[in-house]
Amino acid sequence: MLIWIIFAVMTGAAVLSVLWPLGRRQPPIFADTAGAASLYRAQVAEIERDLGRRLIGAAEAEAAKAEAARRLLRAAEVEAAPAGDSEPSLRRRRAASAIALSCVPLLALLVYGAYGSPSMPDQPLAARLKSDAAGQDFAIALARIEAHLAANPNDGKGWSVLAPVYLRQGRFEDAAKAFAAAIRLDGPTAERHAARGEALILAAGGVVTAGAREALAEAVKLDPANPRARFFLAIGQEQDGKIPEAIASLQALLAGAPADAPWRGPVAARLESLQGPADSAAAAIAKLPAQDQSAAIRGMVDSLAARLGEGGGTLAEWSRLIRSQSVLADRPAALKSLATARERLAADPDALAALAALAGELGLQEASR
Amino acid sequence: MIVEIGHFALALALGVAVIQTVVPLWGVARQDPVLASVGPAAAIACFLLVALAFGSLMFSYVASDFSVENVASNSHSAQPLIFKLTSVWGNHEGSMLLWVLILVLFGALVALSRRSLPARLRAGALAAQGSITVAFLAFTLLTSNPFRRLVPAPAEGQDLNPLLQDLGLAIHPPLLYVGYVGFSISYAFAVAALIDGRIDAVWARAVRPWTLLAWTFLTLGISMGSYWAYYELGWGGWWFWDPVENASLMPWIAGTALIHSTVVMEKRDALKVWTILLAILTFSLSLLGAFIVRSGVLTSVHSFATDPQRGLFILAILVFFVGGSLALFAWRAPLLRQGGLFAPISRESALVVNNLFLATACATVFVGTLYPLVLEMLTGDKISVGPPFFNATFVPVIVPLLLLLPIGQSLAWKRGDLLGAAQRAQFAFGFAVLVTIALLALTRGGPVLAPLGVGLGVFLVVSAFWDLGERVVARASGAAAIWSRARGLPRSIWGTAFAHAGVGVTVIGIAATAWSTEGIGFLKPGQSLTSGRYTFTLESLAPRSGPNFTEEVARFKIRSGEREMKPVESMKRMYTARAMPTTEAGIRSDGFSQAYVSLGEREADGSIAVRAYDKPLVLLIWIGSLIMAFGGALSLTDRRFRVAAPRRAASAATMPQPAE
Repeated sequence: MLIWIIFAVMTGAAVLSVLWPLGRRQPPIFADTAGAASLYRAQVAEIERDLGRRLIGAAEAEAAKAEAARRLLRAAEVEAAPAGDSEPSLRRRRAASAIALSCVPLLALLVYGAYGSPSMPDQPLAARLKSDAAGQDFAIALARIEAHLAANPNDGKGWSVLAPVYLRQGRFEDAAKAFAAAIRLDGPTAERHAARGEALILAAGGVVTAGAREALAEAVKLDPANPRARFFLAIGQEQDGKIPEAIASLQALLAGAPADAPWRGPVAARLESLQGPADSAAAAIAKLPAQDQSAAIRGMVDSLAARLGEGGGTLAEWSRLIRSQSVLADRPAALKSLATARERLAADPDALAALAALAGELGLQEASR
Repeated sequence: MIVEIGHFALALALGVAVIQTVVPLWGVARQDPVLASVGPAAAIACFLLVALAFGSLMFSYVASDFSVENVASNSHSAQPLIFKLTSVWGNHEGSMLLWVLILVLFGALVALSRRSLPARLRAGALAAQGSITVAFLAFTLLTSNPFRRLVPAPAEGQDLNPLLQDLGLAIHPPLLYVGYVGFSISYAFAVAALIDGRIDAVWARAVRPWTLLAWTFLTLGISMGSYWAYYELGWGGWWFWDPVENASLMPWIAGTALIHSTVVMEKRDALKVWTILLAILTFSLSLLGAFIVRSGVLTSVHSFATDPQRGLFILAILVFFVGGSLALFAWRAPLLRQGGLFAPISRESALVVNNLFLATACATVFVGTLYPLVLEMLTGDKISVGPPFFNATFVPVIVPLLLLLPIGQSLAWKRGDLLGAAQRAQFAFGFAVLVTIALLALTRGGPVLAPLGVGLGVFLVVSAFWDLGERVVARASGAAAIWSRARGLPRSIWGTAFAHAGVGVTVIGIAATAWSTEGIGFLKPGQSLTSGRYTFTLESLAPRSGPNFTEEVARFKIRSGEREMKPVESMKRMYTARAMPTTEAGIRSDGFSQAYVSLGEREADGSIAVRAYDKPLVLLIWIGSLIMAFGGALSLTDRRFRVAAPRRAASAATMPQPAE
């Protein structure tokens, strides 16, 4: 509200400064003749000086003075009396005032309305770093951890906090490095090795590389039951064309899984796609080479996007779409989905807050309108 | 909130600028002084609003408010304060805002100079200036808005282009912009005069200080830019005939011609049509420069903006203002009445010759700059027009001009005596020939052009003051009399002498570059490399970290013959936020010469590539341009620019003149 009062005051001041000369009683006049006369007098004096310095000949000086005098006369002739006719002049003043009164605020509001963000407060960095509400400002929290680690690069705990964040944000190479640092400084655990393997796989565009395989093997060595490592090792077998082995591994993983494990669903789906009839879409994808596979996955995400684009969609669906697009490193699409989701769910403040948190977590910044 | 206030102020300024254009123009057309008086008020209001906007953007930079997109993409919280400030104009959007700020500052100055300007001319000029302000404000707000916000705000900015993180950036663009934009005033005066249909000596006298001011700043701006490129880009060159440099050189040459032709117009009421055309062309070339740099038609260090939409907008501005003013010129110029007469051999004719040469020189630069662009647009062929072209076209035009300069300078007005003028120049010429012969003898086997160039420079310097000295000394006796005569001469005469001498000094510096030498080698600590007179010994090579960069510092001992000079540091920096390397040359001045050393890549065996230069008299290039600018400033303080107010003018005219 305050900002609109300030805008109103500014507009008023700007309009008044333009109106003020229109309201003066004593109209100024175009008094050019005196100026011209003084100039020509000065010119004649200058010719005299030049003559004294032998910069101009005597005869030429006379001619030049005559020229100057003729110009003076002409200037006096041209100078007509100013049109002091009061009636049209008054009307003109009123018209000019009306233009100023309408044009200045209108243009300002139009342009500012199109490009301004009146409800956004300033966010100086110092204040943001100090504020307690930093929990909501994900980027700042991240920056704090990063700054802390830049100063204390041997803090293994810090790396182990940071690494999963990078992984969620889609910064896979950073995540892999951070996990490596956490393993080196804070001790190896199966989960860290497995997560590092996942980061390396994602950084390589979904291919289970030799490096990733080593990391996963380390994880299984430490904890033979680690589900994440076993899952990705199975994917590796699948990519090697060892489909039966992959199916066996996944089945074993599923058999040993607790009933409430959140990862049951994806593993089961993967298994199904491997076991399913040869003509099913998922199985077809699974048989494709790695690059085509990721293209096919992209196609599935696109179809979800298309379905949601037609209308509706719950918060959960939208979050899944945005997250998938972000993980597929398709930032423009993720931004677009985010914007659409905001529009669709505009009525639900909780959903909007969840979306903002998601955007912060995934590092999705968009230009405001 | 401060950001939004700044944004709103900029939007308000657009509205006020529209008023500044429309109402005074109406006033001039209807001979209504009340409407005309809206111009100055609007111009001042416009300046205050844009200054508020600029201040609030600056505040966001200092506070590292990364919710502003412009701040987030061009600054870093770890930058030193000075670079946070200069980052404001180290990017496209901010520099457009600076451009607009200077534009409206000039408008406000015109509005405030009530005494020295006829009211009608002032109103017309402010209207014309207002239309330029509208165009650039709309461009800034619609296509390059520096106040766009980011949601959510990132925690750290992307830092400024490291090449621009330098004190040179603090100085160079504002000076250059004052120069570019200052010519908008000459342009506005020309348009006002064409609309009004009255162009005379009053006009010339009113325009001259503004042109001089713009020219002085443009001189400083170009020269600082050149020095900045010299030490920051790290290969020791100071002028590359880069299109962006040419873009600033063209208005400078046209502005130089304009300064000279307004002298004729002011003194003799002659050359009116040509002067008006020059005033229009000079600013048009400034706009062309803006187009070349801003549109992204070329890619070089300077084009930190590449966006076709912006390019089209600027092109539209260019077409409107250049085309519009030329159309107005074609329509109104034939109505102008010709003024004073002069003989073929006279100071006036000499100035016409000066203008012809300068216009030709400007045209060669124009062709050399635009031809490759047009060719690429039409045929898709990329050609590069570089120093060989300009050496073959620009230099042959400029050298005769410089040779004739001392003679023209001592010709009398209206009808001159060529023989007398030549005689007056003969001492300076003889002295210059002696210097040339001596240098040729001393540097036998070296480049021949260098002594010739130095001789030309000496000729210019000596003759610039010879004439003056003759006038001061010839008929006076005793130091006191000489001093009083020297003081009695108008400041503009001193200004002329200094500016011409400055040209000479620069010519000497340029000529001496032919003697510079380059040495390249791979050094390990303890090893040395010799270039010309200097021997550089690598003392140490160590890493170091700055606020937002890490660097490798090489410390060199420099010896010149037996003399030990102060050691110098040369750096290779890596700016972390953009992961971009820069070189920081190590420069040690030795008189007017410089020893220059810059680092290359580090080799596997621990040695580092080093380029070392001996640059004799190189500082004279920039000292000369400083002297030129000083001459311009001195001319600006001339009494006659202060006498135009009627009452004071009368007293000035009757004031006792110093004894002649």
